[in-house]
Amino acid sequence: MSLWKDFTTGIIKENPVIVLMIGLCPALAVSSSANDAFGMSIAVIAVLLASNVIVSLIRHHVPDSIRIPIFIVIISTFVTAVDYIIHAFDMELYASLGVFIPLIVVNCIILGRAEAFAYKNNVLSSALDGLGMAFGFMLTMVILGGIREIIGNGTFTILNYQFINLGQGYNPALVFIMPPGAFLTIAFMMAAHRKWLKK
Amino acid sequence: MVSNELTWYMILMSSILINNIVLIRFLALCSFFGVSNEIETSIGMGMAVIFVMTLASASTWILWYALLLPLHLEYLRTAVFILVIAGLVQFVEMYMKKALKSLYNAMGIYLPLITTNCAVLAIALLNIDYGLGFVNSIIYTVGVALGYTLAIILFAGIKERLALSTAIPTPFRGHPIAFITASLMSLAFLGFSHLFGL
Repeated sequence: MSLWKDFTTGIIKENPVIVLMIGLCPALAVSSSANDAFGMSIAVIAVLLASNVIVSLIRHHVPDSIRIPIFIVIISTFVTAVDYIIHAFDMELYASLGVFIPLIVVNCIILGRAEAFAYKNNVLSSALDGLGMAFGFMLTMVILGGIREIIGNGTFTILNYQFINLGQGYNPALVFIMPPGAFLTIAFMMAAHRKWLKK
Repeated sequence: MVSNELTWYMILMSSILINNIVLIRFLALCSFFGVSNEIETSIGMGMAVIFVMTLASASTWILWYALLLPLHLEYLRTAVFILVIAGLVQFVEMYMKKALKSLYNAMGIYLPLITTNCAVLAIALLNIDYGLGFVNSIIYTVGVALGYTLAIILFAGIKERLALSTAIPTPFRGHPIAFITASLMSLAFLGFSHLFGL
């Protein structure tokens, strides 16, 4: 039961982007299409899971006073690996995510979970906490990217599968895939979360 | 995008107005929303960002072209840059506390916040990605930091007024209305795009 709780708190009750307001920069910057948002979330899932597991494994050997630099080195190792993997397999995604891939290293979600959870808990809990937080991030990203893409472009595409296409008759509101649309969409998502989901 | 062919004036205009770091490029959002409740604190934050960002850009630029590139250690870029920036901020804070007491009182409390400010690392990386020369990368960094300061001061001014308003529906109080404000500011800054053909 408590393992299940470790997994689910990050998704709705403590959703990193909507409630804790961390990891905002990548969430807003790369959500102009559902596919970019999805790709970014996969990268964050990989880094968060790996860093939580490693931090949890070495937590008894790390001196307290230098733990933050050690966490940063661990995280940046995985970020570099993810950076090179995306570069090798999906050049298009790499180009549209751009500088936001190396910036995963300063994403507060990852360092925050290492410090607040993985450093104090066992490997299984830490892995589940990482997965839960990352899924919360992914859910927010895909909803945000989806809303922006549907309103701004009339489509909803993930990994070359087109789920929604409003066709020629729809006149897209371009502003939603431009920067103002990101701020506006997340404002309404936050308000909706406060009204209906917060207990 | 910025490149070496542009004049210093164009680089400044591009980084302050056209590609404003916060409102158009979505960097440094945490501090933009977090430290913008009063105009006074946002000025302090802006000054600290200008100072740290310039220092960080200069040192990472030198490190990249003098050390990492000749030794073919390109893959260490992210790790080295973030550690250098974090260390640098610590040193600056300690030095200011000791030697520049008045400056420390003005912006000391904002310095630790800047380590986690993603814009500092982003600009260090972008200087390298755009292939800017040393002088151009300093101009670009100063422009970006000025753009940040401009945006956060304007935003703080609006938020001071918003705090007094009672007409906002309950679910929108606080952060959501701040995001809608940012959206409208971003729309205004979008008006600068294609200025000078950039």
